[in-house]
Amino acid sequence: MAKVTIPIGPQHPSLKEPESFSVTIDGEKIISMTMKLGYNHRGIEKACEERTYLQDMYLIERICGICSHTHSTCFIQAVEEIAGLEIPRRAAYIRSLVGELERIHSHLLWLGVAGHEIGFDTLLMYSWRDREIVMDLLAMLTGNRVNYAINTIGGIRRDINADNIRDILKAVDTLEERTKYYIQIATQEVTLIQRLSGVGTLSFEDAKRLGAVGPTARASNLPRDTRKDDPYAAYGELNFKVVTDTHNDVYGRTLVRVGELMESYAIIRQILTNLPDGPIAVKAPRKIAPGEATSRYEAPRGEDLHYVKSNGSDKPERVKVRAPTLANLQSVSKMLENGYLADFPIVIAAIDPCFSCTDRMIVGVHHPDGELAGAMDWKALRTYSIDWYKKNRGVNFKIKA
Amino acid sequence: MTIEQDIQQTLIQQFPFLDGKCTVKRARRLSATVDYAQFRTLFDFLADKTDFCILCTITGLDEGEQLSFIYHLAREDGVMIDLKTSVPKTNPIIKTVFDRFPAADIYERELIDLLGTQVEGLNPGRRYPLPDTWPIDEHPLRKDWKEKEA
Repeated sequence: MAKVTIPIGPQHPSLKEPESFSVTIDGEKIISMTMKLGYNHRGIEKACEERTYLQDMYLIERICGICSHTHSTCFIQAVEEIAGLEIPRRAAYIRSLVGELERIHSHLLWLGVAGHEIGFDTLLMYSWRDREIVMDLLAMLTGNRVNYAINTIGGIRRDINADNIRDILKAVDTLEERTKYYIQIATQEVTLIQRLSGVGTLSFEDAKRLGAVGPTARASNLPRDTRKDDPYAAYGELNFKVVTDTHNDVYGRTLVRVGELMESYAIIRQILTNLPDGPIAVKAPRKIAPGEATSRYEAPRGEDLHYVKSNGSDKPERVKVRAPTLANLQSVSKMLENGYLADFPIVIAAIDPCFSCTDRMIVGVHHPDGELAGAMDWKALRTYSIDWYKKNRGVNFKIKA
Repeated sequence: MTIEQDIQQTLIQQFPFLDGKCTVKRARRLSATVDYAQFRTLFDFLADKTDFCILCTITGLDEGEQLSFIYHLAREDGVMIDLKTSVPKTNPIIKTVFDRFPAADIYERELIDLLGTQVEGLNPGRRYPLPDTWPIDEHPLRKDWKEKEA
C-alpha cells in the first residue's frame, strides 16, 4: 500500500492544544511523524526582561493553568538562590503542600482525559468530579482554583490554620478512597488494560537516550524524580517513594500516575503532621545582585527547569523556561513509530501534554440574606440537571436522599 | 570530599584550562566556562566519563559582543553542571549536539529562532517556536530587538 502523509492539527478534536503533526502512514501503521509547535508561544521570556521579579512571578505563573505553582516556584527558587535568601521551613512545607495538591488535580485531570481518549467517558466524569474536591481545597488555601499566587519571593503569602488542616485531611481521606477505586479499575478492568497495553511503547533504553522526564520516564522503569534527585522546598525532609513501572506503555503510565496519587496523599499527611511553626516569609530585596541560578522542580508532567540571570537591577537579565512536555517530545515520536493511527490520541495524551486550563468556576458569594449570587451550589445544580432531563428527555432519575 | 568536588577535581585534572573556571556553586550544582574550541571535547567527556547523561536544555544569552550558550547537563543522582560557552555575535555558528542527545534538536531550533544562532549539522525540520510567517532575520531575544509597529 502506498504511504500517505496526513496532517493532524493544529486544530483537531482529539487534541485540546494547538500542535500540528504530520503523520506518514502505511495502511493503518504510523511510519514516521514530524511536528510543528509554537502555536502557544507568547514571548513570556522576553516579557520577563521588561518586568520586575515580582511581576515576573505572576506572569510566569500564567505559563500554564494546570501547573502554575510549578512554574512560579521553579522561578522564585532561582531568584532566591541568587539573592541568598533562605525561606522559612514553614513556607517550604506549604510550598510542597500546594505542589502536591497541584499534582493530585493534574493527575486526576489526566486520568479523565485518558479515559475520554479511549471512549471511557465514565472515567472522565468520575475523576473530574473527584478533582473538584482538590480544586476546592486549592481555592480555600490560596483564594484561586488556578494560578494560586501563594508564592512570594522569600516565602509564601498566606498561612494555613488548624481548620484548613482539618479540611485538607478530611478531603485527602475521601480522595484516597476514590483513588483506591481507580487503582482497582486500572488493575482489574479488562477493557482498559487491553486498550492501553502495548500501546505507545518506550523502552528503558529509549527513555534514557531520549531524555524522557516525569511519569513518561518512570513508566519505562527510569526512576527520575526531581523531588528525590535534587530536593527542593520540603522534599528533602519528607519520606516518599518514586513510583516506577516496567510496562513501558500507556498502561504503565496510567499505573504510575494512580500510584503517585497515593504517594501524594501520604506526603500531604506528613506535611500537615510535621508542619513547623514560625514565619512564612523573609524580606526580599527589590533589586537582586548580579548572579545566575538554575532551578529544577518536579511538575506533574516531569522535570521543569528555569534559569535566571540577574544584573543587579529589579528586572532580570534573562529568564529561560523549559517545561517538561518539551523534554518528552522526542519520546513521543518514538512511541508512535509502528503504532496504529487510531492510538495516536491516547499516545499523545499519555505524556500529559500541558494544555491551558482556563476552566474556572465562579465561587458563589453569599448575600447577607443567605442567597447565593451568580452561581448555583452543587445541590441546586444536581436538581436542575435532573429536572432538565425529566422535562426534555423524558428520563426520570431516581434521587437518593 | 563531596561528589561535586570530586567531579570538579576530575575535570580540572583532565582539562587544566578549567582551573579557576569550574566552580561548585552549591550542593548538586557545578558550573564551568569553556572556549568554544574546547567545548565539544569537554561536553563529550562530561557525558561519557562523568555520567552527565541528561541534557536538560540549552539556554541562549545575548551578552553584547557575543552569544553565549549554557548547556544544562544533569546526572541521574541529581548533580547538575551548567556548561557555558560563547561565540562572537558577528559569526554566531555552533555545531549541533543532536548526535549525542536527540533532545537537543528542539532546543537548538529555539536558539536559531530566538537568538539568531546558526546551528551546523541539524537535520532539516520545521522552525520552533516562531510562526512560519515570522521574518527569518528577526530574533526577539537579541537585546537590540524591538517590536516593529504593525
